[in-house]
Amino acid sequence: MRFVDEYRSRDSAQRLSQEIAALLGSRAYKMMEVCGGHTHTIYKHGVEDYLPEGLTLVHGPGCPVCVIPMGRIDDARFLAEQRDVILATFGDTLRVPGGRGSLLDAKARGARIRVVYSPLDALKVAREHPEKHVVFFALGFETTAPSTAATVLRAAREGVRNFSVFCNHVLIVPAVKALLDSPDLRLDGFIGPGHVSTVIGCKPYQFVPQQYGKPFVVAGFEPLDVLQAISMILRQLSQGRAEVENQYTRVVRWDGNPHALALIGEVMELRPHFEWRGLGFISHSALRLRDAYREYDAEKLFELPSLRVSDPKACQCGEVLKGVLRPWECKVFGTACTPETPIGTCMVSSEGACAAYYHYGRFQRRRADGARPL
Amino acid sequence: MSGRDEREDPTTGPRSGRRTEEEVLARIEKARRRAPRVTDERITLAHGAGGRATRRLVESLFLEAFRNPVLEVLEDQAVFDVKGGTLAFTTDSYVVSPLFFPGGNIGDLAVNGTVNDLAVSGARPLYLSAGFILEEGFPLEKLRRIVESMQAAALAARVEVAAGDTKVVERGKGDGCYINTAGVGVLERRVRLGAARARPGDVVIVSGPIADHGVTILLARGELELESQVVSDTAPLSGLVASLLDATTSVRCLRDATRGGVATVLNEIAIAAEVGVRIDEERIPVREEVRGACELLGIDPLHVACEGRVVAVVGPEEADAAVEAMRRDPLGREASAIGRICSEPSGTVLLKTKFGGTRIVDLLIGDPLPRIC
Repeated sequence: MRFVDEYRSRDSAQRLSQEIAALLGSRAYKMMEVCGGHTHTIYKHGVEDYLPEGLTLVHGPGCPVCVIPMGRIDDARFLAEQRDVILATFGDTLRVPGGRGSLLDAKARGARIRVVYSPLDALKVAREHPEKHVVFFALGFETTAPSTAATVLRAAREGVRNFSVFCNHVLIVPAVKALLDSPDLRLDGFIGPGHVSTVIGCKPYQFVPQQYGKPFVVAGFEPLDVLQAISMILRQLSQGRAEVENQYTRVVRWDGNPHALALIGEVMELRPHFEWRGLGFISHSALRLRDAYREYDAEKLFELPSLRVSDPKACQCGEVLKGVLRPWECKVFGTACTPETPIGTCMVSSEGACAAYYHYGRFQRRRADGARPL
Repeated sequence: MSGRDEREDPTTGPRSGRRTEEEVLARIEKARRRAPRVTDERITLAHGAGGRATRRLVESLFLEAFRNPVLEVLEDQAVFDVKGGTLAFTTDSYVVSPLFFPGGNIGDLAVNGTVNDLAVSGARPLYLSAGFILEEGFPLEKLRRIVESMQAAALAARVEVAAGDTKVVERGKGDGCYINTAGVGVLERRVRLGAARARPGDVVIVSGPIADHGVTILLARGELELESQVVSDTAPLSGLVASLLDATTSVRCLRDATRGGVATVLNEIAIAAEVGVRIDEERIPVREEVRGACELLGIDPLHVACEGRVVAVVGPEEADAAVEAMRRDPLGREASAIGRICSEPSGTVLLKTKFGGTRIVDLLIGDPLPRIC
């Protein structure tokens, strides 16, 4: 495949791997890849096989499905169970466990749930079913918020009245800040999210080097992108610098995408606070529809139960999301909690740290490579 | 390479009383092999996806209820002796949506699928039955086209549709047309094939590019607004299998990689034979368009169904002969040895990625592509 294979070349990986080993020397560093897309890439392609022993990758909270609290899943289920409502949702939300089971369970019991690939698909469902009301279960970071906003605008323009949005869009910067303020976490640098940055640009991350003294490198999603970003972070560390750098220049502009940001600003506003799974309540960390668009806001149209549901006791998703625990260190990992019967959200999405590790990384590399006997 | 010693690091190192990564992995493997229980209260689409949920339902409900030595091996077909010979017997139902797709329709799919389930036991398929469940209002013209392609497929596979049944359900209670086929074949060779026969050193071969059928169906639904030239690979494999078995004596096991794809077949072999399977991404044939579509959709071609590809495990000394035998058949021109059976890690399939890393290839969980066959 053109434009992809060049970012997966073994030769370049070898070269970067040597560069990384030389830069690291005998030191030990921990870096977080904030975005679940990176976690997925790292495991799917076996990127860790190219990393020296002293370098640890910590998997961050940038997986939109993973940070949805159970109460919001219950609200989505409540919507799907309303008479004459169709809930349109991305496929990876289906297996997320809520306090009352998952959307997949609700579907098996007769709730009308449609898997869509974009909010515009959801709007299409609404046009095709004028007798029903279609609610789009909107979630994701600033990456997906613009398309939700554009869909609301289009619905308004076209006068579609049987469509609304259950808005759960969250913001990346408050999450990174919450991580940096978390006392039990020690990191030496960040591999910054790529897709989100296509929208917000690189500037919003400047507080990371300025206030916390950590390098932050925005990276693409191919395995070579990740290796190169690691090398850039190590170079900053070895030169005593801490800056925001952009590895993903082929896509991300320093100032982001003003048009997309304007769309978000037109339709959405900050919530005073929002609950994140594992991270708790974070101020100004999520978006809701502006009052001008209240007729498209499912939270205004329906009386949602909005109950706070505490995570199951055994679940350590919070620690995993903060990178304090590695997936296999969670008490229930792989035994009680598996991708098929997940207890926590990290085990659901293919971008979740636990699911990625379970699907792709669950073996002894030493034994697999035959490099060293156990 | 990444075996790390982080005992000095209080935030991530194994604390006293904590389990090490090895212990955790060992416990997970134990849990994976435990006799499955159905804890679900209702059937979900995952139970029909051919992945782990299907296996759990089959093993804990159907196998428990019907248990007998013939069924117990859980191969794609039952093989049993009758006076004067050995027969292979199988059944399969087809609910594919849409009914017509590039490269075929539900009719030839139903014939080829059952022929292939017989062929991979080493049997020569003889007779099929065809049961039709039709929805009130279904156009006869469509049914005629389906039946005509069934007959064409039967001719090509040299089997006869020798028994049948028709049922009609009220409008809204079916989806146009469902077909069930059963098939009988005779084992004329001495060879006995089975997933449990794979042993370390054996070579794993696929007979051609993978994932064509699943991707075709996905795109044919038109929900994704992607266009492509991919066509389903639905085809009868009995000829190819016969050429392979004529040319070799050390074939351990054959499987047609349908629901759950090549990944599922290899995992079943790894678990049944208590071996590891190592495959090399660079050697797995995948058409460019298929790879592109999978990349866009975030699915792994190894999990996507084929309907005309066989996975073979062959003794190492005959690996080249097996690949050549397949390549002589028009359906096997792109056959490729994709990996090996090894002793460790038992029950697990490992992939050397094109990028040069190593990862696990697990059974499919959930169902990205419902109703592909």
